[in-house]
Amino acid sequence: MTGDAAQDGAAPMPLRVDAEVVARRRAGPYTTLVLAAPGIAERSSPGQFLEVAVDVPAALLRRPLSIARAEAGDGGLGTVELVVGPDGVGSAWLAEVRTGARLDVVGPLGRPFPIPQRTASCLLVGGGYGAAPLHYLTEVLAPLGHRVDLIVGASTEETLLHSLEAKRLAHSLQLTTDDGSAGLRGRVTDAMEEVVARAGTDVIYACGPNAMLAAVSVLGGRLGVPVRVALEERMACGLGICFTCVIPVRDRHDEVQMRRSCIDGPVMDGSRVEWRRMGLDAAIDAVEAMTLPDRGGPAEVDA
Amino acid sequence: MTAPSGGAELATTVAGLRLDNPIVTASGCFASGREMERFVDVGSIGAVVVKSVTKAPRKGLPTPRMVETPSGMLNAIGLQNPGVDAWLEDDLPWLVARGATTVVSIAGDTVEDFVHVARRLRGMAGVDAIEVNLSCPNVEHRGLVFALDPQASAELIRAVARVADVPVLAKLSADASDVVAVAREVVSAGADGLTLINTILGMAIDPVTGRAELANTYGGLSGPAIRPVAVRVVHQVHAALPEVPIVGCGGVRSVEDVVQFLRAGASAVAVGTGGFVDPYATETLRDGLGAWLTEHGHRSVQDIIGQVTSAKDG
Repeated sequence: MTGDAAQDGAAPMPLRVDAEVVARRRAGPYTTLVLAAPGIAERSSPGQFLEVAVDVPAALLRRPLSIARAEAGDGGLGTVELVVGPDGVGSAWLAEVRTGARLDVVGPLGRPFPIPQRTASCLLVGGGYGAAPLHYLTEVLAPLGHRVDLIVGASTEETLLHSLEAKRLAHSLQLTTDDGSAGLRGRVTDAMEEVVARAGTDVIYACGPNAMLAAVSVLGGRLGVPVRVALEERMACGLGICFTCVIPVRDRHDEVQMRRSCIDGPVMDGSRVEWRRMGLDAAIDAVEAMTLPDRGGPAEVDA
Repeated sequence: MTAPSGGAELATTVAGLRLDNPIVTASGCFASGREMERFVDVGSIGAVVVKSVTKAPRKGLPTPRMVETPSGMLNAIGLQNPGVDAWLEDDLPWLVARGATTVVSIAGDTVEDFVHVARRLRGMAGVDAIEVNLSCPNVEHRGLVFALDPQASAELIRAVARVADVPVLAKLSADASDVVAVAREVVSAGADGLTLINTILGMAIDPVTGRAELANTYGGLSGPAIRPVAVRVVHQVHAALPEVPIVGCGGVRSVEDVVQFLRAGASAVAVGTGGFVDPYATETLRDGLGAWLTEHGHRSVQDIIGQVTSAKDG
């Protein structure tokens, strides 16, 4: 069994920081911003996010962006990385922010991915722009001795978000694209069964669009592997006070509760989320209709 | 008692309730404080106006519940809350332990629902006032929005005031065709003060898909987009009912916004959506107001309440 540290661990105190943009990189439709955010890098964990203020006329709210990487540094010199996607006026502004500029950020916020307490085989599944935290999670899991296998999917090669560094740390990386322009043609779920069997996966971590999270959760259930998902829902505050970003989740008494993804999540137990109530029937139906090979007994782990 | 920030006296009184400073939270924009202890000293806020509490627990509306709009946002949360019994057990003791001045916002579908909650609050140490949310726009049908109708509003306030043992504030809506008429009626029905204003009913449509942006189709507009409307309502009501205490609410982001509401006639000013953007807003506005008053030659916040002249008097 894998540990469930995030369920009982208290989230660290968030800070508000005037963060300097120390570097920026562009890859396809994505822009990575490296921020010198004193104090934030040191207290962040994979799965958490920052709320970033944008200086766009008439745009009021901060933008929630998941932490794509964090590197602690001496004397508060730590850096965090954020990946900015192509959609929306806030993202368009952030993608044009210059090196040397300062961003008003609040974080880290939210519950992180629980890290297994005993050595485990971890499958990390990411889709599209939402795959951003997987690099960070790989960098935390691998040095602790956990096996990491990655499946990263997107609609096309251009929109795949993966990194060479994560690939170096991981045992394997499988790419999937809807159009077959890179890796396996299909969805991340088309690659999962094979990897789970090969890697003897103990736990699946997933981040990406909600339809993908639903599909991965249901397939994980069919394969008998627990799934932790980092959910995406529209947020106004990211602080737990607006009740905008709620997700229907079954509690211990099997009652459905509307849980805030910003403070009760974003990481949740995929088997507890009521995906059909979120209108994700098509994604679930597709996975339930999949024929899984009968591998006859426990999966073998390759050398 | 008060350590005047920046020198000026910030203490104020609303409906007989003494506040150390005039910055309060807007209902629904601060939960019941627990989440915000990571950022501010909840006990030193002028008053915590908690998220509306109803008779029974409510799960609220489906998502999407929010869409950003120019200088504001639309929300349709649907009064998600644990119900008054759980709130009294879990949240009130927490607020009491922090020494918070607590205003309990109450909501419901019927007069009986509101009275039930008001009764449960009777005699509860730590409940300093009740704010009657008779203007939440996100209810099943518009007929349930008491604040649109002066008589329905008066009936509700009369019933709540009869059972309440603390001051009662009525939170009104600028969607009413004559908000001054509603204000008059609720005051004669027993409201000790008014909170002006709630969100304004609005809608946004995705132009490509043609789909309403909110699952509830309509939602309440908040943020700086509604501030001029809120300031106007405070001014109109204060002009008509100068003795009635007002909590001004709507789009407050800066100290200058707070000053506008005070000048329009508010004795306290609520921060709502602004607190989503700046989790420290209650403290920065309190300190900033003290400094602003001193800088402009005022010794007390009381010096500017209701102090407004028309442009032609320049």
